[in-house]
Amino acid sequence: MSLKYIGQRILYLFLVVWAASTITFFIPRLSSRNPVRERFAELARMGGFAPADLEKIIADYSRAFGLDKPLFQQYFDYLAGIARFDLGVSLNLYPKTVAMLLWESLPWTIGLLIVTTILAFVIGNLLGALSAWPQTPNWIRGFATSFVMLQGVPPVLLAILLIFFIGFKLKLAPLGGVYSIGTIPEFSLSFILNLLWHQMLPALALIFGSLGGWVLSMRGMGVTIQGEDYVTYAEHKGLGARTIFRDYYLRNALLPQVTGFALALGNVVVNAIVVESIFGLPGVGSVLFAAIRSNDFLVIYGIVLFITMGVATLMIIVELLYPLLDPRIKHT
Amino acid sequence: MTTTTQAAATQAATTQAAQSERETVLTVTDLVVSYYTDAGRAKALDKVNLTLKAGEKIGLVGESGSGKSTMALAMMRMIKAPGRIEAGNVVVGDIDLMSLSDKDMLQARLSQIAYIPQGAMNSLNPVTRIGSQLVDAMKAHTKDVSKEEMKERAIAALESVELKPEVFKMYAHELSGGMKQRVCIAIGILLEPKVIIADEPTSALDVVTQRQVMETINRIQEQIGAAVILIGHDMGLMAQSMDKVAVMYAGRLVEVSTVREMFTDPKHPYSQALIRSLPKLEEKGVFEGIPGMAPSLLRLPNGCAFHPRCRDVMDHCKTTRPENQVLTGGRRVTCHLYAEENEKAVA
Ligand SMILES: Nc1ncnc2c1ncn2[C@@H]1O[C@H](COP(=O)(O)OP(=O)(O)OP(=O)(O)O)[C@@H](O)[C@H]1O
Ligand code: SF4
Ligand SMILES: [Mg+2]
Repeated sequence: MSLKYIGQRILYLFLVVWAASTITFFIPRLSSRNPVRERFAELARMGGFAPADLEKIIADYSRAFGLDKPLFQQYFDYLAGIARFDLGVSLNLYPKTVAMLLWESLPWTIGLLIVTTILAFVIGNLLGALSAWPQTPNWIRGFATSFVMLQGVPPVLLAILLIFFIGFKLKLAPLGGVYSIGTIPEFSLSFILNLLWHQMLPALALIFGSLGGWVLSMRGMGVTIQGEDYVTYAEHKGLGARTIFRDYYLRNALLPQVTGFALALGNVVVNAIVVESIFGLPGVGSVLFAAIRSNDFLVIYGIVLFITMGVATLMIIVELLYPLLDPRIKHT
Repeated sequence: MTTTTQAAATQAATTQAAQSERETVLTVTDLVVSYYTDAGRAKALDKVNLTLKAGEKIGLVGESGSGKSTMALAMMRMIKAPGRIEAGNVVVGDIDLMSLSDKDMLQARLSQIAYIPQGAMNSLNPVTRIGSQLVDAMKAHTKDVSKEEMKERAIAALESVELKPEVFKMYAHELSGGMKQRVCIAIGILLEPKVIIADEPTSALDVVTQRQVMETINRIQEQIGAAVILIGHDMGLMAQSMDKVAVMYAGRLVEVSTVREMFTDPKHPYSQALIRSLPKLEEKGVFEGIPGMAPSLLRLPNGCAFHPRCRDVMDHCKTTRPENQVLTGGRRVTCHLYAEENEKAVA
């Protein structure tokens, strides 16, 4: 892998960020709506403002946000802000910035996402590989197929079904929230367990939501790889079934799955947002959801921009790691 | 290495006469394999018999679909569904392969009987290094051998097929077709098996590379003294480097003879047709094909499967199947023409 290639990828990342920020800059400004005015008009309707003051407040805020400057000046200020990771300010929770909101909510999302995505990928691919392997017992195949059927259920419905059956009917897991009401956050085993226990249903919803997809694509891949000459020849060499499964069959069948993984990242984030807001977890999804409900445009655009950057970065990382898995691919 | 060179030297000194005293390393008796397809049962191997002595080289020829690969796979016990080995024995050295447990059969593969695949182009794992594909084969068969020693042995095997030691660290896509074929040969000889089966090892290679690979197989075979079964279509190639030729037709071995006998005095009408079909120098490439089509295994003609195409067909050929018989001098033929001679010989 050459430095030139890495340079190209980083340049590409910059282009993606630039394009995304340009879009998030212009879209709100293309519409005739003024988010600051709308927000204060809303507040005024609820009372507490003299309408006379309103125009002055709006003007002050517009100046504070730099909205009174010429468009191209605003645009460059905006880009410069993004370079400093200044993604904007909340209208609702002023003076909280989008960066601050992300800082508070991101650990929840990342914790949940990393664990569920990795678990779903590992379990799904293993089940898929096993169900295409001739010596696999039938019950494992049936087990894998049941996950494939879950795949058709949208994550929202899956989350609600889980809440209803496991949380409400069986009372095996809490219905939502971060930790039991009345417990004090502290660094203790019981608190951590309590925390994990509350993450169980959202985690299951996310895992069940994507596991079947991995099973399905891996099974298809497995059937193909199984007919490859190098798998048959490995049997001729007298290798044990376990070695053949791991080094010849799984290693090769996994390659396109890793590409699929990079492509699925965007979807993973969308599902996480839905599931988080259903379970009331204080992650990025819930922040975004709240922002959408309260027309907090700057937060919406800031978070969308951030997610775009995050997904683009992850995809490039996967791409750069790919040659380690497949020696035939050399980035030059 | 000195022991193998000595062995090679003694072997080179051994004469044709001494060959009859060599131990028998392969005995195939009445091997039957069928494929159960939707269209019915295809008897791909029908009571096949073959014996080979150490160091003996036999060419297995026959039309496409006659059952050559099936025979090779059956000897490795690698027939897969919808195929099934239905009867017969395969004895390598003093091991009866059919009576082995699955686990012991894994051990016998490569160490007793090795297969060099038909599709060597894709027979190597694309994502692991060549070296590790030699080492994992050794690991599966040997205990208490250190990593360094395995690596040394793998490199020695690569060198013995004229590959550079660097190949150990390379990947399949970095090798040419001929080099990949050599790697498969190196894997085949790694554990010095008694029998090596090479299934059309050169059919995907250009003519020059073909010759080189054949020379390598011959040299290696002499070094380790293994019996070799070379599957192919090319009678000319067989004549150059084999001791014997076995002719397969519709799942049966219709004739097994030495190369000299086969080319000067073929017995079975199908072998005769094959020999006649070879382009002759003096006739400037005039080519006599074999009339008729290869029969479908699903609807074999009654009696002798070759009778619709046979020049010497007799009435009872159409109703009675000829049995495989041993003629004087040890040739094996499956044809009614020689039934009387055989009876005389027995009497
Ligand atoms: N998996 C299978 N399922 C059904 N029939 C099969 C299968 N494999 C082989 N056969 C049948 O068995 C017969 C022998 O096939 P085999 O591959 O042994 O022929 P071959 O002599 O090696 O031919 P070629 O020269 O083309 O390699 C063929 O007629 C084929 O139709
Ligand atoms: S048995 Fe009859 S038909 Fe068959 S090859 Fe011999 S002579 Fe021809
Ligand atoms: Mg074949």
